Amino acid sequence: MATQAADVRVADAPRGRAGAIAAAVKDASGTALLALGLSFPILALRTEQNMANQLVLDQRWSYVAIAVLLAFLARLLYLLRLAFAASPPAPRIAAPAADRPALRLLTMAGVLLLLVYPFLALALVGRAGAIKWIDNFAIQILIYVMLGWGLNIVVGLAGLLDLGYVAFYAIGAYAFALLASHYDLGFWVCLPLAGILAAFWGVLLGFPVLRLRGDYLAIVTLAFGEIIRLVAINWVDLTRGYAGISGVPRATFFGLPFEDSDQGFAAFFGLEFATIHRTIFLFYVILLMAAITNWVTLRLRRLPVGRAWEALREDETACRSLGINTTNTKLTAFALGAMFGGLAGCFYVTSRGQGFVTPESFTFMESALILAIVVLGGLGSQVGVAIAAVVLIGGTELLRELDWTKSIFGRDFEPTHYRMLLFGLAMVLVMIWKPRGVISTRIPSIFLKQRRAVRGDLVGEGHG
Amino acid sequence: MEYFVQQLINGITLGSIYGLIAIGYTMVFGIIGMVNFAHGDVFMLSAFIALILLLALTQMLGITPLALALFIVLILAMLLTSLWAWAIERLAYRPLRGSFRLAPLISAIGMSIFLSNLVQVTQGPRNKPVPEILNGVFTFGDPEGYTVTLSYKQILIVAVTAVLLAAFWYVVQRTSIGRAQRACEQDRKMAALLGVNVNRTISLTFVMGAALAAVAGLLFMIYYGVVHFNDGFVPGVKAFTAAVLGGIGSLPGAVLGGLLIGLIEVLWSGYFSNDYKDVATFSILVITLVFLPSGLLGRPEVEKV
Repeated sequence: MATQAADVRVADAPRGRAGAIAAAVKDASGTALLALGLSFPILALRTEQNMANQLVLDQRWSYVAIAVLLAFLARLLYLLRLAFAASPPAPRIAAPAADRPALRLLTMAGVLLLLVYPFLALALVGRAGAIKWIDNFAIQILIYVMLGWGLNIVVGLAGLLDLGYVAFYAIGAYAFALLASHYDLGFWVCLPLAGILAAFWGVLLGFPVLRLRGDYLAIVTLAFGEIIRLVAINWVDLTRGYAGISGVPRATFFGLPFEDSDQGFAAFFGLEFATIHRTIFLFYVILLMAAITNWVTLRLRRLPVGRAWEALREDETACRSLGINTTNTKLTAFALGAMFGGLAGCFYVTSRGQGFVTPESFTFMESALILAIVVLGGLGSQVGVAIAAVVLIGGTELLRELDWTKSIFGRDFEPTHYRMLLFGLAMVLVMIWKPRGVISTRIPSIFLKQRRAVRGDLVGEGHG
Repeated sequence: MEYFVQQLINGITLGSIYGLIAIGYTMVFGIIGMVNFAHGDVFMLSAFIALILLLALTQMLGITPLALALFIVLILAMLLTSLWAWAIERLAYRPLRGSFRLAPLISAIGMSIFLSNLVQVTQGPRNKPVPEILNGVFTFGDPEGYTVTLSYKQILIVAVTAVLLAAFWYVVQRTSIGRAQRACEQDRKMAALLGVNVNRTISLTFVMGAALAAVAGLLFMIYYGVVHFNDGFVPGVKAFTAAVLGGIGSLPGAVLGGLLIGLIEVLWSGYFSNDYKDVATFSILVITLVFLPSGLLGRPEVEKV
């Protein structure tokens, strides 16, 4: 059965290669049997409503056969690889940071690519295609990169597990929408206000949970995230509930609106009016905002408060006995993380939200997604978070593009339906493969003689 | 008064379902210190399994006595859901045991997303109306004024819950399986040294939690008459709230917490407003954790340096 995976290692098996293969086949058969049991009711019989609105069952045994076969093959390949490959243990300390030119070069190339990205997209796919590649891909990914970096301050640096980060994203978005619709303020005035408000709420929500640690903190923050969303749904007088607030003014080019008029951006610069101007402008705005988030985080790590965060993550009791004010340290982490979340929320309304905000955009799924980006990328690693955001968000977006799969699986096949299914599976598999995230080394803020990257599992994970 | 009694009946029914789910949370947290985020979705999955089995038995195999069909559905749904829980623990949690603390949590969130989307993809995104069964009611009180109704479903739910909890209590307190579980809960390393198969005990804990969730799933499906692939999250969080309120790790606490949460939710929507009933539950969760972290019946946690 599947529980004896280790038994099929060649080294342990006196029977040699043939014995190992036989054992693997036997084990994989067990897995296939398990897959049969798991898929029996849920995959084999689909409930459908007939004309009389009654449920009837639709039999689909071929799906079960496919699932069983896939499980068998996956398990067999995994076991055979395990049996015939031995991997040496990874070194605890990697090469010194300065000696890793490849990573530095890659980062430089990435930054350069980002700077010219909109124009590259324009040149490669033309105006109509470029909007999709800039808006759906680049802007969305950059929003998540910024959210990931913001949450990274709370979870990665201070070690405080926050499952309700989306609350601050929502507060930023609603702050902008409400200020704009009640007081007629524009994006550039609301942006700092949204950040300040979110930071204020970060302190407010952070205060009662200071005493909590670990999973309890996670659950309370989850509850806060849900409460904010439920209030946004139910306080109809203020937020218009599910209907949402629409007509929030779009971002202007420092006062020049993106519209087809004499006062517009295009006319001012003598260009022909095109909607893509706004998209490109928004791209640079979020790029700048994300860059500022990263810069602030990197600088803060060298300040006393940043060092206090990391000390707090490593050992809270030791921190307190050394005279660090843990209350202030935790609250600043919450406030800063919340501020970046709020800024991203404000930007979301004006860009991806198309000037429209509803509670539906701020479900627990969003919090889980942002946390997944931070953890899968590698807690505390700025590059890792960026890579994870690109892979997760870009990857699931790419699934929208897979229209060619219809020619294989038939016309009814809808690849987008499998987006979140694959996403959940990927989260589990990446965690099992690399529990410390895809970037498995960290560069400590403080070092004795030489700045070296260390393995991720040498870094503490925090207690709160 | 009649109105209050009616709310009380409804609250106890709802609370029984929450209590059954909460046991799964509280046992898993007690034994490996992990919030099994996918438990709510296991519950939802079990409701779907029960629905499909019920349809298969009554429509395809033509088993007409309802009591017999329901009994078979109950047993099969418990078995199949347990199989799922066993597989999830084996695949997604066991490789991460002893890894850093966030890893199983993220893995569980991933599993939760996977399960709800699996059901969405395989069963479709629409609400599934359940065939109407057990529709009889008892009516009490003045026929002129407000009458109290007690439906067969409610009696079934409370009765099944009570019987199962008694059986479960016996297993945990009086059998060697339960002794192994309690030993692992106190000290896993010591239990292993004394010959308890820790891995098997943990698997068994997941399986037992899932079996009770399957019962809750079947009862939920019959009671509400409709299931949806998104039904796992909110009952899951509420059941978790129940487990926390009762004192996480404590079995009677989970049941007590479930009943309290059910009553609070029903009374809140009965006397105040339906809109904010979930806010009320979440607020109770926050207040309990902040002011009474060990819950009503739990042991206080001692911080070790």
